[in-house]
Amino acid sequence: MKKKSKDSGYLGNTYKDGEYIVRQGEPGNCMYEIQGGKVVVFRSEGADEIQLAELPKGEFFGEMAIFEHGVRSASVRAVGEARVLTIDKKILLRRITQDPTLAFRILEKMSHRIRELDTEIAKLKSTV
Amino acid sequence: MNNSNTTEKYKLKDGSRVAVIGGGPSGTFFSYFLLNMAERIDLKLHVDIYDSRDFSSDGPPGCNMCGGIISESLVQTLATEGIDLPPTVVQRGIESYMLHMDAGSVQIKTPTQEKRIGAIYRGAGPRGIKETQWESFDGYLLGLAKDKGAHVIKGRLEKVIWKNGLPEIQMKGGTPLTYDLLGIAAGVNTSALKLFEDLKQGYTPPKTTKTFICEYYFGRETIEKTLGNSMHTFLLDLPRLEFAAIIPKGDYVTTCMLGKDIDKDLVQAFLTRPEVKRCMPKDWKWDEYVCQCMPRMNTKGSSQPFMDRTIFIGDCAVSRLYKDGIGAAYRTAKAAVSAVVFEGVSAESFKEFSWPAYKKLEKDNKIGKIIFFAVGLIQKIPLMRRAILKMITTEQNRDDHPKRMSVVLWDMFTGSAPYRTIFFRMFHPFFLASFIWNIVSSIRIFRRRKS
Ligand SMILES: Cc1cc2nc3c(=O)[nH]c(=O)nc-3n(C[C@H](O)[C@H](O)[C@H](O)COP(=O)(O)OP(=O)(O)OC[C@H]3O[C@@H](n4cnc5c(N)ncnc54)[C@H](O)[C@@H]3O)c2cc1C
Repeated sequence: MKKKSKDSGYLGNTYKDGEYIVRQGEPGNCMYEIQGGKVVVFRSEGADEIQLAELPKGEFFGEMAIFEHGVRSASVRAVGEARVLTIDKKILLRRITQDPTLAFRILEKMSHRIRELDTEIAKLKSTV
Repeated sequence: MNNSNTTEKYKLKDGSRVAVIGGGPSGTFFSYFLLNMAERIDLKLHVDIYDSRDFSSDGPPGCNMCGGIISESLVQTLATEGIDLPPTVVQRGIESYMLHMDAGSVQIKTPTQEKRIGAIYRGAGPRGIKETQWESFDGYLLGLAKDKGAHVIKGRLEKVIWKNGLPEIQMKGGTPLTYDLLGIAAGVNTSALKLFEDLKQGYTPPKTTKTFICEYYFGRETIEKTLGNSMHTFLLDLPRLEFAAIIPKGDYVTTCMLGKDIDKDLVQAFLTRPEVKRCMPKDWKWDEYVCQCMPRMNTKGSSQPFMDRTIFIGDCAVSRLYKDGIGAAYRTAKAAVSAVVFEGVSAESFKEFSWPAYKKLEKDNKIGKIIFFAVGLIQKIPLMRRAILKMITTEQNRDDHPKRMSVVLWDMFTGSAPYRTIFFRMFHPFFLASFIWNIVSSIRIFRRRKS
């Protein structure tokens, strides 16, 4: 499934357009960082796919698996070719225990996402 | 009251001036994270980074003399911090290790099948480099610190004195300048550390040993055919040699030897070994390198890498024994920043809030020394070497087989795990039982072949 990049200097894995990186419902023990390209995050509700976000280079996804035990809450697919680095739960949690400031950026991103969700909820409530 | 006045005196305020001596990894990590953390608490600092090198130059003027392996754990940690290493900086993503011994060679694949180790150049590359598509790692980090607001100034520190309780520094040919804090990140290949030792405020430079690095030009095609995307490491019975590696980069190959005071005889003894020749191109000549140096490496950290208003970071403070020095530069930089921003810049603050993280590295190195001693013994006994080869070959050929020896060696060579973790893995009853079983079966195979 994973294609090794032809270019010798790329780190992580390269995913082709439409290739799954994460599947909803699967257990997770790592998070991911987008090193190049874009990914789309979506939830499957019956036969429907509901797009939740499109994430560019520099963004994380799958970070809930670092702090919770549940299964993946959504699927993630590459949009065009995407280069993605896996960040292991164990390595990350050990480093955060040694240096809690390492978690600041993850918290910042999560807080940003909550802010966006708040806006979405407010919009939805005003239309109901 | 008096106590809190002293504490306040040592806190940085808006407009405080910080000088960082050295623009290598520890100096740039320190500057970058200092400005980052200060921004989070709305503290406005002025940070000047001084370095005498030009990282865009090829050969010695731009090079910080290193094997250039960025460990798996550091690649992941930096990504979490928002620092990606682009393919313009990473010359090759490493996806496996080849272990070479007299008994044979075996490939140890990354446990995740993913390229998460980067091979980089610290400057523009070896002397006379023809390619320009790659950026220097140190230059890239310096650029990130600059984007955060640091001022990068070319200069060599020549003098330090204390004036009215503040450090005053002078660069070669410059005028004296006063700062509220000095971040010393000058490495160990410098005379600058003597300036601080001479202040007699408790700083003693780390203990070091001489190492060897040389660069060969092979061209990309030859590298693909011979070394590939693997880092090549060696377990050989050569006295004083603790670790040797051959690392493929863009068009070049770096050879790196670490141990006890590496000299020319040991270099020749290593480079002419059949195990080394086996992984190099056919017409390769060991003494036809384009660039070589014998830098010093930290083997025992400073016993007091801090003073009032001065914190030492990276190699000139503490590092990791024989591996992941850049990772140690990152850790010490982060530990220094936390103390500076939240606790103050007195020797007391550094002792209480930065020193524990530094000491942890030093403590781990002590375990590392035991591991290297054990590996040294194993290297001397052919039967043991055969058992290692057999154990790894079985592990790598069977997906369902527990990868005990592979993981131990992977972590040792990549610097991905602390020595403490490796030690506990090595002395785990299952590991020992499996190793003993492989020794016994190696004896049997040997006897059968003989008879
Ligand atoms: C042979 C060898 C191989 C190695 N391989 C690896 C490896 O593969 N991976 C790894 O992670 N680590 C490796 N290391 C260790 C790594 O190189 C160091 O741990 C790392 O460079 C430390 O960073 P630093 O910023 O503390 O010091 P340095 O990288 O030495 O940087 C110090 C900087 O200070 C500047 N400076 C010095 N004096 C002055 C002055 N008076 N005024 C102004 N500026 C000054 C220098 O120009 C330099 O830029 C290796 C080391 C050796 C010797």
